[in-house]
Amino acid sequence: MSPQINLEEQFQAKIDAEIKIEPKDWMPDAYRKTLIRQISQHAHSEIVGMLPEGNWLTRAPSLKRKATLLAKVQDEAGHGLYLYSAVETLGISRLQTIEDLLSGKAKYSSIFNYPTLTWADMGAIGWLVDGAAIMNQVPLCRTSYGPYARAMVRVCKEESFHQRQGYEIMMTLMNGSAEQKEMAQDAMNRWWWPAIMMFGPTDSESSNTEQSVKWKIKRHTNDELRQKFIDATVPQAEYIGLTIPDKDLKWNEAKGAYDFGAINWDEFWNVVKGNGPCNKQRLEARQNAHNNGAWVREAASAYAEKRAKRSVTAEVA
Amino acid sequence: MNIALHNDTQVALSNYVLQLADTNLILAQRICEWCGHGPVLEQDIALSNIGLDLLGQTRSLYQYAAELLDEDKSEDDLAYLRSERQFKNLLLVEQPNGDFGYTIVRQFLYETFQQLLLTELKKSSNTQLAAIAEKSLIETNYHYKWSAEWVIRLGDGTEESKSRIQKSINEIWTYSGEMFIPCAAEQLLASISIIPDVAALKEAWMRKVKTVLDEATLTMPENMYMQQGGKTGVHTEHLGYILAEMQYLQRQYPRQQW
Amino acid sequence: MQQQDWPLWEIFIRSRQGLDHKHVGSLHAADAQMAIENARDVYTRRMEGVSIWAVESKYIHASNPDEAGAFFEPAEDKVYRHPTFYDIPEAIGHM
Repeated sequence: MSPQINLEEQFQAKIDAEIKIEPKDWMPDAYRKTLIRQISQHAHSEIVGMLPEGNWLTRAPSLKRKATLLAKVQDEAGHGLYLYSAVETLGISRLQTIEDLLSGKAKYSSIFNYPTLTWADMGAIGWLVDGAAIMNQVPLCRTSYGPYARAMVRVCKEESFHQRQGYEIMMTLMNGSAEQKEMAQDAMNRWWWPAIMMFGPTDSESSNTEQSVKWKIKRHTNDELRQKFIDATVPQAEYIGLTIPDKDLKWNEAKGAYDFGAINWDEFWNVVKGNGPCNKQRLEARQNAHNNGAWVREAASAYAEKRAKRSVTAEVA
Repeated sequence: MNIALHNDTQVALSNYVLQLADTNLILAQRICEWCGHGPVLEQDIALSNIGLDLLGQTRSLYQYAAELLDEDKSEDDLAYLRSERQFKNLLLVEQPNGDFGYTIVRQFLYETFQQLLLTELKKSSNTQLAAIAEKSLIETNYHYKWSAEWVIRLGDGTEESKSRIQKSINEIWTYSGEMFIPCAAEQLLASISIIPDVAALKEAWMRKVKTVLDEATLTMPENMYMQQGGKTGVHTEHLGYILAEMQYLQRQYPRQQW
Repeated sequence: MQQQDWPLWEIFIRSRQGLDHKHVGSLHAADAQMAIENARDVYTRRMEGVSIWAVESKYIHASNPDEAGAFFEPAEDKVYRHPTFYDIPEAIGHM
């Protein structure tokens, strides 16, 4: 038996025994690569995800809503930061990770390539998009890579208010005027399918799922999570009088879950490939922030260096 | 609650509280524009924190103003249903963000003033004002420190950062004098010792600003003509756009819950 | 100037008086002062702390996980370091 096979077997045995893998432990190259891809995508999603909601900060209709939205978008920045830190434990610098985003090499969740057109979109995003994200993230708190799991524990703890604030916005609108109700239903109609697509391609089409489940990077398949999300969300929609824009949606007694209509995968793949309504705009916003901030980052480095030198000189003198 | 105030005092006090609230709100609104666009993730988060502090202070102040006005108005009525000429914020805070350096200078000049003002205001005979000032001062101390450190970093950083921030200081300076020119409400309230005399804060402010600019190897502008008008609702053209954006939902769908 | 990240810092937070500082994560900052302030903004948004330590990551030295077996095993057979190793009559009560 070659030493390599032995290491791989030991590695899998650790995973099977639910022992977490830590940064300096031996790990298969493919495991490292999968993690880097998944965690950085996740980090980018948090950061790009700030933009569609940030779009409404200056227009939030009350001071309370403005403050909670700002706190939520700020949390997303924090979550991006935790996740970039987790990527760094795998030997990839923050700058490298960000450059991969800015060059278009790295992906982020396609949901953020849809525009936020009305205030109700803040409700729909908090409730549906964060709801779908939480469905994905809760199992990740037990993912096999230690730094990722710890980041996710923190993220999940903080994110619990996000979905609630979104649902509360929707509920308030549904209790309001006819125009407000229309606004809420319209947001529901636009965000439902993209939210369903957030779980990714069906299991039969998903190339990474099987190995990721074996390595316990992923703990559930895309389809399992999607079903769970739909089953949890339908009653929430009904409770406040929103209609789910899916005529094939119906409770299946035998399955103990909802049946739902066909997903438009053509749209999904097009948005992934860059043809969504906001792909260009989102990436440009990130590029501008990065480029416009370069002189600030350089200045702080230069100042830190000068000061360090001065203190050395002072000590010598 | 304080003992019943004389009517003129009551009006002056509500105007003054609105002035403080409006100023914080407009600055918070500007800071919101940065969210997601900061030069580095950690500083994006820092700016949002400051924005959140300012919004919190704004809400306390509007709630108190609503009480004083006694017209059954809510904090949101005051923020969303008053127009350009009714807003009393300082001209300084409505100026567009510019680059990160400009935002830093604007914040620094304002927070330096706030620190001095709130330190006095927390001793006010008006207990509500004193309580708001005391709580706000803790936050302001941090904002001051954060912004002063950034002025120093950018001033004493690279040649580019130095020239950029010096330019920002020179441009924004003309809006700094207004803080120390008391309006009628401030004069009345200072005369009965409810608030400090803002003119008297100028010297300490100049000293503090100078110390930081010196350390940052930057030059303090001299003898510049000072713009004023914010306190009496005569603003720069920027405010109209800020309000149009901020208030549009409340204006388009009046009297709704959100 | 060649673009590069600000240095990486490891952040430790004392969640309340009387407890140890605990590692909570990392962040980038140009200097120590900035690291501590960023840590306040990033890791104590929900009143999680009363004290912060920031250590530049490059100064952390770690034991080698490949040697973990040989390194930590010797402690395993020193059961006499644990109080339950010793039999004390029940009549004595808590000791």
